[in-house]
Amino acid sequence: MTNIKVLGTGCTTCKRLLADVNTLVAKNNWQAQVEYVTDLPTIMSYNIMSTPALVVDEKVLMTGHPGAAKVELALMKAGAA
Amino acid sequence: MPMENATATPAENKLPTDTRAFVIVALSAIAWFALYNVIQPFANWLSYGLLALPKDSHLGQSLAFFFYDVPKIILLLGGMIFLITMLRSFFSAEQTRAWLGGKREGAGNVMAAALGIITPFCSCSAVPLFIGFVESGIPLGVTFSFLISAPVVNEVALVMLFGMFGWKVAGLYLVSGLTIAIVAGVVIGRLKLERYVEDFVWQIKVGKGANLPDQPTWTQRFQVAWDSAKEIVGKVWLYVIVGIAIGAGIHGYVPESALAGILGKQAWWSVPAAVLLGVPLYSNAAGVIPIVHALMEKGAALGTVLAFMMAVVGLSLPEMVILRRVLKPQLIAVFIGVVAFAIIITGYLFNLVF
Repeated sequence: MTNIKVLGTGCTTCKRLLADVNTLVAKNNWQAQVEYVTDLPTIMSYNIMSTPALVVDEKVLMTGHPGAAKVELALMKAGAA
Repeated sequence: MPMENATATPAENKLPTDTRAFVIVALSAIAWFALYNVIQPFANWLSYGLLALPKDSHLGQSLAFFFYDVPKIILLLGGMIFLITMLRSFFSAEQTRAWLGGKREGAGNVMAAALGIITPFCSCSAVPLFIGFVESGIPLGVTFSFLISAPVVNEVALVMLFGMFGWKVAGLYLVSGLTIAIVAGVVIGRLKLERYVEDFVWQIKVGKGANLPDQPTWTQRFQVAWDSAKEIVGKVWLYVIVGIAIGAGIHGYVPESALAGILGKQAWWSVPAAVLLGVPLYSNAAGVIPIVHALMEKGAALGTVLAFMMAVVGLSLPEMVILRRVLKPQLIAVFIGVVAFAIIITGYLFNLVF
């Protein structure tokens, strides 16, 4: 079971990334659990300076939202399936 | 960083791929210039030739203005955003933090304001950026210089001002935005407002190590620049068209100097009124500038117009809501107050000089 976290501060881009990740997981039938993290100390512990950030199994995969297609590709590479 | 290589280039043939990207960009640049040079004759032909409107008619003038300005502004936006994003791909928030670390107030404020313009920044990231800066020991005032200049000097506004008013007004906007960010940051620093930062911020332990993102290849830089140009043009083109349509209407139909009394230099209250009006209008800079351009032709003063511009892009309510998570209401109020005051002073100054 892969653990996917979306780190966000509540902005629209953050919510869009969370929605897109949820859609991708459902569409591809990935065995993954998606979490939305808004707690600031937790977010900052990942050593990032921009949000949203996508974390797979505790590793920061990317920050920002480059579009669903690129997110899907990156998640596949990271072994989300 | 979201630098996922879209073309998934194998590392060993990175060089030939970069060459290919350079060729594509060069060809696009030639096409861009060619296009840019045919829109004026095309707009005239469309309104006076094809539609056969008389050259001195209100409708003819308004339409020629519209057919010229819409493609011109959209081309300018696409091209300039591409260039600006290219430039920004050489900077990152992490790099900026490293540069600002250990800088004193004063020099630090100047540097932070300048970096605020060229560092890629979205108001989504205001909070982690704020914590990251403050935790690494960057003074509060210097952090604010960055947080003010990043939105106040807005790239879409800058390009639109350049396209509609020329490089002088665009340059004035840039310089006054920088000055406001520096001065407001210095003032906030002097006021010693650290106690109005939410307490938990000081307890957060930021992960160690600079963690600088990898340098992207040229192909990746071009890709990011292209994506961003596409995204921004896609987001604002409708505002541009609606704004220019309204502007064209004013251009053709409202009599000269009709607005001098309300928005001209004589009315002392027009600058603060423009700032008050600008705050809730956030994110429609693209649609606001063409209207403002038309208003200026009818007697509105430059300072009033610039103040309005900066209030629209710089003091956004959504960003304040996001920043409220790390700043107590008192500091938010000081932040808004200092920036609004600086914008109003700038407005008066320009009305005085021009």
